[in-house]
Amino acid sequence: MASFDVAMAEWALAEAKKKGATAAEILYSSGESLAAGVRLGETEKLTSSRERRLGMRVFVGQSSATASTAEMERSSIADFIADTVTLARLTAADPWSGLPDPVLHPASFPELSLSDPECGILDADRALQIARAAEKAALGADSRIKNSEGAEFDSGRYQIMLANSQGFCGEYEGSSFSLVVQPIAQDGNAMQHGYWYTTNRRFAKLEDAEAVGKTAAARAVRRLGARKVKTTRVPIVFDPEMAAGLIRTLAGAASGPALYKGTSFLIDRLGQQVAAPGVTIVDDGTMPGALGSKPFDGEGLPTRRQHLVERGTLRTYLLDCYSARKLNLAPTGNAARSVGSAPTVSTTNLYLEPGQYTPEQVIGSVKKGLYVTEMIGFGINMVTGDYSRGAGGLWIEDGKLTYPVQEITIASNLKDMFLNIEMIGNDLHWRSSVVSPTLKIAEMTIAGAS
Amino acid sequence: MSKELAHPERFFGDRFGMSERALERILGTALERKADHADLYFEYKNSEALGLEESMVNHTAKSVSHGVGVRVNAEERTGYAYSDEVTIDRMRLAAEAARAIADQRAEVPALQIGTPVPRHALYDVETTPLEIPLEKRARLLEDIDRTARAHDPRVKNVIASIAAERKIVMVATSEGTIAADVQPLCRLNVSVVAEDGKGGRQIGTFGGGGRVEYEYFLEGERWRQYALEAARQAIVNLDADEAPAGEMVVVLGPGWPGILLHEAIGHGLEGDFNRKAVSAFSGRIGQKVASELCTVVDDGTIPLRRGSLNVDDEGTPTSRTVLIEKGILRGYLQDRLNARLMKMKATGNGRRESFAYAPMPRMTNTFMLAGESTPEEIIKSVKQGLYAVSFGGGQVDITNGKFVFSASEAYLIEDGHVTRPVKGATLIGNGPDVLTRVSMVANDLALDSGVGTCGKDGQSVPVGVGLPTIRVDGLTVGGTRA
Repeated sequence: MASFDVAMAEWALAEAKKKGATAAEILYSSGESLAAGVRLGETEKLTSSRERRLGMRVFVGQSSATASTAEMERSSIADFIADTVTLARLTAADPWSGLPDPVLHPASFPELSLSDPECGILDADRALQIARAAEKAALGADSRIKNSEGAEFDSGRYQIMLANSQGFCGEYEGSSFSLVVQPIAQDGNAMQHGYWYTTNRRFAKLEDAEAVGKTAAARAVRRLGARKVKTTRVPIVFDPEMAAGLIRTLAGAASGPALYKGTSFLIDRLGQQVAAPGVTIVDDGTMPGALGSKPFDGEGLPTRRQHLVERGTLRTYLLDCYSARKLNLAPTGNAARSVGSAPTVSTTNLYLEPGQYTPEQVIGSVKKGLYVTEMIGFGINMVTGDYSRGAGGLWIEDGKLTYPVQEITIASNLKDMFLNIEMIGNDLHWRSSVVSPTLKIAEMTIAGAS
Repeated sequence: MSKELAHPERFFGDRFGMSERALERILGTALERKADHADLYFEYKNSEALGLEESMVNHTAKSVSHGVGVRVNAEERTGYAYSDEVTIDRMRLAAEAARAIADQRAEVPALQIGTPVPRHALYDVETTPLEIPLEKRARLLEDIDRTARAHDPRVKNVIASIAAERKIVMVATSEGTIAADVQPLCRLNVSVVAEDGKGGRQIGTFGGGGRVEYEYFLEGERWRQYALEAARQAIVNLDADEAPAGEMVVVLGPGWPGILLHEAIGHGLEGDFNRKAVSAFSGRIGQKVASELCTVVDDGTIPLRRGSLNVDDEGTPTSRTVLIEKGILRGYLQDRLNARLMKMKATGNGRRESFAYAPMPRMTNTFMLAGESTPEEIIKSVKQGLYAVSFGGGQVDITNGKFVFSASEAYLIEDGHVTRPVKGATLIGNGPDVLTRVSMVANDLALDSGVGTCGKDGQSVPVGVGLPTIRVDGLTVGGTRA
């Protein structure tokens, strides 16, 4: 097969210039993976994949276009480049478009240990064995675990190459391993789904399969007998998984495209207090081995460690070059590219710094309130910050977790919610690329039974 | 449609140099172990998107993707392998990977493919928007921008995009069938940001599309309606009060609020969840799950609709499936695997996002049939409640049946009259009983305008929904005003 390498990239960039591009950028991504699923002890699915995609962004003056193709023969690529240049010519000249300022490209790349040096893609038998062990542990954990949506083990490798016509060329590769278990607890007619997972770039660092299964089972069982509570206003404690969703939303509102489009509740808030004084949120793309790390961003700028929020104050927006120019700020190394679309913005490894309280202390501080462990729906208005989502969890009575709760919503406004973070747990665990400890918000509206 | 696509089943053979004999050999490789079914899914997709921001069409993107997926089913097991290189060698490797799911060696059955599958002709369009000059599409976005801005001085930004694709698919199966289809799809989206000058800012969105030609957007100036609708919604929401919190009577307007059915009923009736008995609807066929006023169908055969298909992604012709008939649960949505295991009929609901995924049961266009009330009677009947006319997304937990959908335009109903606008809020309910609370169904059934996308297990597919105005006696509204 025709494989795409640095020499090919250089040829393609030169070809773009020959066709009339004033600047160009090439992104090549490839990957392989194997996913193995079991259900009720039996093999259920094996999915093996192999993908490679070529993406190109070209500029004709201030006009630009983005294109991607799966056709990798040199003659097809030449046509593809010509088409992309034509497309750029037809696009409006945009004074803010363009490649990064060349001086911002790094001279060298940090070693971030993104690939597992010891373990490649697991073969089907081994992957099935791990999934089976995890599901078995879930099924055996409690007599009320009577069914399962199965367990799945995935492993994959990917390679990225980014090069542009002003001399930047970078490559990296990474690996990922993950295990997901989804048992179902049943009591009479009521059923509840449980979910737990582990994911890492290093196989050896995954959590033990049986432990993952048992946690999934416990999470399903504790939802049995859930009921609706009455409409009220109470303190809400977000477990770490749900709290991570809150900071992901905040980062979304702080991202350049949302700001310049006017679709963010954080417009004109730089340097202002946006969260309680104890809240510090960091985005760090340079943590070795971490799931969200990368040596350079989607435009070839170095990733970095930066405070999004420092002791409650909004310190930076997250910017690619385009949104940075529009907002008259400097890019922050947060450009994200997929082969088929122009750069957008994403976080790298985003976390809220842990506080001093154990989760038990946080829950213990609540007389009547809700400990949220599940959320459904998309009820967030990013323009206003209005927040209204389906929730489930455990009712807190006199500082203790009591019965499970479901079929309610929790609502407030994100601006108020962040300002009203009253307690921060000390339980920060790097389970994904966006993580938070337990958080307590002073008050939100629960809508439920009348 | 260009002439070369008059026979889409020849497209892949011509383009990638593959004969039917070669496909038979690949399927033979896939079936070297004891399997119930094997199929090859080929896909070739062209897509283009144009985006306007700040009165400038400054984003253009296009893409060409292709690939092949090989699937082997043995009992409940699925082996799937795919590659974006459509070559005999890659397909053989994929077939070997996929058949690993089956354990015993078997005699390879004699295979002869070539039996064509009858398919509908729901979207035989002459041209797709991809063939319309880019400048023309760009001018349409600029017209939308001007129209929305002229609607009201409070309009501060307009974001508009037009996305079009043409997907050619072919499915060859171990039963010898071969089905191919050319699937056009496009959508036009408008978002409008409005500011009231007092620090308040709001957004309104509208759009439409389907498996249609570009002219669709010009007919009756649909594009203008999209622009004005998005602007109107943004302006209305500038004056919205806090939404109420708690259980109350909710009246849902016609069209897109049909997302209620998609979340509350549709997902829970997908065959895979029911075969595994993990759905809140498992084992409930024949039972009463809705008021007698409710008949709900899933229909993949409506011409030009976003959720429609001539054949599904397993080569089965799509159909109209009655899910609920006058309140009684009648049917599930099936793909081949789950239909075979449940000894039911495949309903043409086996769908996948792309060649990178094995198919599973999915909805097409899901809607409730019209009733006999008028929308005015329904509003008049409500002393105090919420009238929700526009929604964003929704989600469901199929196992416990709880579902949500989020209103983006809603009003209070007071003493039989629609009064003040209230902010968007999430509505939450229980799938198996929400429709038992439907006490009035109006005669104004409308399908949505054609922008819906459904996500399941990481796969997105285009879908449609529809609803007449209905009155639900008790749904929890997730506002802030307790």
